[in-house]
Amino acid sequence: MSLWEYANPRKFMALSGTVLPWVTGLAAVLCCVGVVWGFFFTPDDFRMGSTVKIIYIHVPSAMMAINIWVMMLITSLIWLVRRHHVSALASKAAAPIGLIMTVIALATGAIWGKPMWGTYWAWDPRLTSFLILFLFYLGYMALWEAIENKDTAADLTAVLCLVGSVFALLSRYAVRFWNQGLHQGTSVPVATGERTVADVFFVPLAISMVGFGVLFLALVLQRTRTEVRARRLQALQARERMG
Amino acid sequence: MKALLIRDLRLAIRAGGGFGLGLSFFLILVTLVPFGVGPDAEVLARIAPGILWVGSLLACLLSLDRIFALDFEDGSLDLLATAPLPMEGTVSIKALAHWLTTGLPLVVIAPLLGLLLNLPLQAYPWMILSLLAGTPALSVIGTFGAALTVGVKRGGLLLSLLVLPLYMPTLIFGAETVRRGAEGLPTTTPLLMVAGITMGCVALMPFASAAAIRVGLKGQ
Repeated sequence: MSLWEYANPRKFMALSGTVLPWVTGLAAVLCCVGVVWGFFFTPDDFRMGSTVKIIYIHVPSAMMAINIWVMMLITSLIWLVRRHHVSALASKAAAPIGLIMTVIALATGAIWGKPMWGTYWAWDPRLTSFLILFLFYLGYMALWEAIENKDTAADLTAVLCLVGSVFALLSRYAVRFWNQGLHQGTSVPVATGERTVADVFFVPLAISMVGFGVLFLALVLQRTRTEVRARRLQALQARERMG
Repeated sequence: MKALLIRDLRLAIRAGGGFGLGLSFFLILVTLVPFGVGPDAEVLARIAPGILWVGSLLACLLSLDRIFALDFEDGSLDLLATAPLPMEGTVSIKALAHWLTTGLPLVVIAPLLGLLLNLPLQAYPWMILSLLAGTPALSVIGTFGAALTVGVKRGGLLLSLLVLPLYMPTLIFGAETVRRGAEGLPTTTPLLMVAGITMGCVALMPFASAAAIRVGLKGQ
């Protein structure tokens, strides 16, 4: 029994079919609890007022936007090395979700930025890096759409994902060099374990972050299943044309 | 390898369009900017470093789809793939030919256009140096983009969407070098970064480009 067994589309479909309703339910519960708790049952910040509450959407979506690219990098590597189709389809399925997460993070940041910083947009390193990430997602998806042959598309997008990761990282440091920041530091530094957010705000934020993670899992499973089914449908149609 | 380089250079120069087109585009772009922002010499001097870098970047982009498309159409790319020269060598030579016909002329003409934009005198050596150090990276990265889109019909627009985000680090450090040079600040760090990006790209990108070409040819 190893993880690679689920590279078999049949096994993957069976497992994801049973797991999916539970994951979806869990995602709904966690997101609702995190966001509702954050929106209605936490006190206002003494300086930022109730605008602080956008953090419960902004931080999880920003976190996911980055992590989804990392997940695409891993699945692309698996596809290049072990040629598992489910892996390639999973990275294809993840890209639009990552794009939407980037848009959510940028949009909520702009909405929060107008009353707090006095501007919707500033050429701050973090904001700029996210815009660049958005462009990378766009290019990746466009390449998937442009190529007819599915295996070729999977190969080329995987190569693009690897090269893009290097350049995305490079851009992040280049942008930091280029302009000083307006954006505050991270609220949940994982490495140091110190928090700048009080517990009243942190608990719903943590729930919301986990909720977004599970939500992504549910969406990516659903979308990968759709891709697998589309692939099967194509195979059936091809067979019909032959016979 | 030498034969391939000479062939590509000849094609680029004789086929018309590709060679002079990038330069003319660069000139037109620089001419358009004052119309857009007004003829105020001080404003122009401030934005000149950025305009020159963005302009050379776009001029580079213009001729990228010619790197592989013509060879792909008439089948010579298949021959090159089966030739004893490894694909990594072929794409490196292609990138070099692209740089010699696009990047190098841009570097030569840039001081002239800097004059049009009222670029401060002390910035000229930095502009030439940074372009000289940065444009090879543009050609090599662009070759990778062209390799990705080699089998795509009308891939020009897709090519720019793929390549422009990859150009950002080079652009940031390159334009920063010129800006600091214009203001008389130390320029060593960004210039070294541009050179570092170029060397890293020259060393590593041919492998990615060659992999993309192999996949693209196989998928036919």
